[in-house]
Amino acid sequence: MARTLKFNIFRYNPQDPESTPHMESFVLEETDSMTLFIVLNRIREEQDPSLQFDFCCRAGICGSCGMVINGRPGLACHTKTRDLPDEITLLPLPVYQLVGDLSVDTGAWFRELYDTVESWIHTKKVFDPTAPEERMENEVAEAIYELDRCVECGCCVAACGTARLRPDFLGAAGLNRVGRFLIDPRDERTEQDYYQIIGNDMGIFGCMGLLACEDVCPKHMPLQDQLGFLRRKMGITALKTFFKK
Amino acid sequence: MQTIYTDVLVIGAGLAGERAAIEAAQAGFSAICLSLVPARRSHSSAAMGGMQAALGNCAKGEGDCPDVHFSDTVKGSDWGCDQEVARLFADNAPIEMRQLAHWGVPWNRVVPGKDTYFKGGKIFDKEEKEENRGLITARDFGGTAKWRTCYVSDGTGHSVLFTVDNVCAQLGVEVHDKTEAVALIQDGQTCFGAVARCLRTGELRVYLAKASVIATGGFGRIYPGTTNAVICDGGGHIAAINTGVVPMGNMEAVQFHPTGIVPTEILVTEGCRGDGGTLLDVNEERFMHVYEPEKQELASRDVVSRWMTHHIRQGKGVKSPYGDHLWLDIRHLGEKHITGKLREVYEICTSFLGVDPIRQLIPVRPTQHYSMGGVRTNKDGAAYGLGGLFSVGEAACWDMHGFNRLGGNSLAETVVAGGIVGKKIAEFLQGAEVTFNSSVIDAEVRRQQERIQGIISCKAGTENVFKVRTAMQDALFKGANIFRTEDGLTECVESLQATLERARKVGLRSNGKGVNPELSSALKIEGQVKMALMLAYGALKRTESRGSHNREDFTARNDRDWLTRTLAFWKSEADTLPTLEYEPATSVFHIPPGDRGYGKSEIITAGTKAEDKG
Repeated sequence: MARTLKFNIFRYNPQDPESTPHMESFVLEETDSMTLFIVLNRIREEQDPSLQFDFCCRAGICGSCGMVINGRPGLACHTKTRDLPDEITLLPLPVYQLVGDLSVDTGAWFRELYDTVESWIHTKKVFDPTAPEERMENEVAEAIYELDRCVECGCCVAACGTARLRPDFLGAAGLNRVGRFLIDPRDERTEQDYYQIIGNDMGIFGCMGLLACEDVCPKHMPLQDQLGFLRRKMGITALKTFFKK
Repeated sequence: MQTIYTDVLVIGAGLAGERAAIEAAQAGFSAICLSLVPARRSHSSAAMGGMQAALGNCAKGEGDCPDVHFSDTVKGSDWGCDQEVARLFADNAPIEMRQLAHWGVPWNRVVPGKDTYFKGGKIFDKEEKEENRGLITARDFGGTAKWRTCYVSDGTGHSVLFTVDNVCAQLGVEVHDKTEAVALIQDGQTCFGAVARCLRTGELRVYLAKASVIATGGFGRIYPGTTNAVICDGGGHIAAINTGVVPMGNMEAVQFHPTGIVPTEILVTEGCRGDGGTLLDVNEERFMHVYEPEKQELASRDVVSRWMTHHIRQGKGVKSPYGDHLWLDIRHLGEKHITGKLREVYEICTSFLGVDPIRQLIPVRPTQHYSMGGVRTNKDGAAYGLGGLFSVGEAACWDMHGFNRLGGNSLAETVVAGGIVGKKIAEFLQGAEVTFNSSVIDAEVRRQQERIQGIISCKAGTENVFKVRTAMQDALFKGANIFRTEDGLTECVESLQATLERARKVGLRSNGKGVNPELSSALKIEGQVKMALMLAYGALKRTESRGSHNREDFTARNDRDWLTRTLAFWKSEADTLPTLEYEPATSVFHIPPGDRGYGKSEIITAGTKAEDKG
C-alpha cells in the first residue's frame, strides 16, 4: 500500500510584511519513482501555488535544487522518497541569502567567488584563428575535467563548519576551482600567485578538515584529496618563501 | 523604477547569449545578460554529447572538412535549412573549437595507438596516428559521414558553459541572474530594451539598450514530456511574438530525441549510440538495422524516432505503467567506458531509474527535445521586423537546422553563431545612436504593471494557470507529435483556441507578493498558448512530410510546393489564430534537393506537375 508522506517545509516570504518564518506541513500520497521534484511541484500545483523553490534541469546536472533534506544538504531532484522516512523536513541551504521558502541566492555568492579566485585561464598568449590547437595529453584533459565537474550547487559550502563561522571562506567549491586552474598547463599563474589567493584562512588554511563537503557532494567530487593536495602545495610554497628570505 | 542602461542587453545567459556578449565586450561595449537562473545553470549545461566541427584529427574523422559537415547538415535538415547559414556555420566551427580550447575547455584529445570501438553491437579496430597525438578528438554521432563530434567526456555543455562564463567574468560581462524579461520595449520599428521582473524581489526594472538579443533557448515546456529544463518555457519568444511585428520561423519543426528515459523524460546522450549502444525491442532484439541497413541506430534523430514509434505501434514495445517503451543497450561497452566517457548517463540511470546500465537495459522512447523553429533572423542574427533586435542559439531560427538538426550541431551552433552574431552586433553598435523616447518606455512599464495587477486581482477571471497549461500540453501531445494528420491537427488547433480563451482569464489563487511562482507562470501562459497555436497551425497547413514534420496523410517531401520556411506572426492582440506567411527555404543552393541516404525517399520534385500530386 502506498505510504502517506508528511513534508515539513520552511516558509518565509521576505517580500511580504505579513509573512514570518515558520514551518508548514503538507501531506501527499507516495507514488512510484517519486522524487522531491515531483513532490514540490505537486504541492505547488495542488496545495499552495506560492511555494518557492528552485529547479532547472531536474536531472542532477545543473545544481539548482540544493536544499537541506532531513538535516543533510543534497539535490532535491535526484532524491527519491523511497529512500526517506514517512516524515520529511525540507529547509533552505544555510550560508546563502534566502530568497523565499526553499529558494536561496547561490548565483551572487558564486559570482563573487569567480572574481576572488580569478576563475579564468591567465595567459599572455593571444588566440590565433589560423593556427591548429595547442596539443594536450588526453590524461591531462581528463584530470582537468574531473575537477571541472562541480555544478556549484552549494551543498559543500552549506555543510562546511568553517563557512558557517566565516563568511569569506571560499569553501570546497572555491578551493576546488583554484585546484582546477593549478593543474591546467594553459594557466600561466605561479604557485606564488595561487598562494596570494588561497594561502590564508579565507582559503586552504581555514579548512578544519571536517570533510562534510566530500560526504554531501552530489557529484562525488574528490574534495578530500583536493583539499589535502592544496594544503600540501601551499604549505610547501610557504616554506619555500620563508627560506628564500 | 530602476532603469539600467547598457550597449547590449542579452536575454538569456546560456552559451549562445554569453558567447555573443563576449564579442561585444571585446569590441569595447558594455553587455548585460539577464537570466532566470545563475548563468551556469542554463540549459546549455545539460548538453552532454558534444559539438560537431570538422577538425578531422581522429582516425575515423580522417578526410573530414567543412564541405562534408555542410553536406551532412543540409541532408539532416531535409533541405529545409538556409544553405548560406549552414555554410557559415560549418566553416567557422573548427576555429571556434580551437578558440574554446584557448579559453580553457578540456576537450578530449587524440591518444595514438590501436584501439577498438563498437558499431551496431559489433567490435571493430582502429588506429590513431602518432602525428595527431594531443589534438582535439571526436566521437561518432547520428547522420554524419565522419566522426566529428568534439567532446569533454559526457559533460561537454557543462564544461564549455563554465569556460565561457569564466571569460564573461574576466571581461566584465554582467550577468543579472534571477531576472526575467517580461516584454520588449519597442515602437513597432526599433527595439529599445526590455521590461524585466526581478526574481529576488518581484519588482519590475527597465533595461535600455542599443541592441537587444533574445537567447533564451528552446520552448520544450509547452509539451507535457520534454527533455528540456523547466526554464525552457519560451519566455524570450513570447516577448518577441507580443510585438506583433517579429515572426517565428518554422515553429512546426520540433525534434523528438530517440532516447528520453521512461519515466521522467531525462535525456541520455546520443553518445550512447555514437559509442556503439543499440536499441532493442520487447524481445530484446535489435530492429534499426532492418529499417535502416546503412546508418542503423545512427540515422538522423527524426528517422530513428519515427522508426521507434513505428516499431512500438507494431506491438514490439515494452509495456510499463508509464506507457510503452523500448530498450537502450550499452552493456557491451563495459564498466570503464560507462563510468568514464558516459558517466552522466551512468549517474542518471542509477539515480533516477534505479537501473545499472553496466548490467541492465535502459528504458527509452522518443521525447520532445529541440525546437528548430524560433525567432526568425537573417544570417547576421538580426530579427525580422524590429531594428536593434537580434536572436541567437536555439531561441533563433537562424536556420542551419531546417526541419531536423543533427546531434552535436546545436551545442556547436550556440558558440559558433554566438561568435558570428556577436561580431555583427558589435559592427551594428559602431557609431549606432539610439533616441530613447520616455513615453514608449513608460507605456510599456504601465502595460506590464496593469497586466500583473489584473492577474493578481483576478480581473478577467479565475482560471487556474496550471490547469490551463496542462490543457495546452495535452493538446500538443495528442495532435502535434511525431506522426501528424489533418484530423489530429485540426482538433489540436481548435482545442488550443479554446485554451487561449481560458489563458486570457487566468487569475491567481495566492497573494502574488514578491517572487510569486504562480504569477511567473501566469504571466507566460497566454504567450505559450500562442506559440502552441503557431506550431499546430503551421503543421496543419504544411501538407507534406519533411524532416521531423511527418504527415501521415502527406507522406512525401514536396519540394515543388513546400521548399519554404513558415513565418508565423501574431499581428493583433485580439487574434485567435496566427497569420502565416512563407519565404523560400534558402536563397542559395550549394546542394540541390535530393535523397538523404537514410529514411524514406518519397519526394515530389520541383519538376513534378501539380496533377501528378498523389
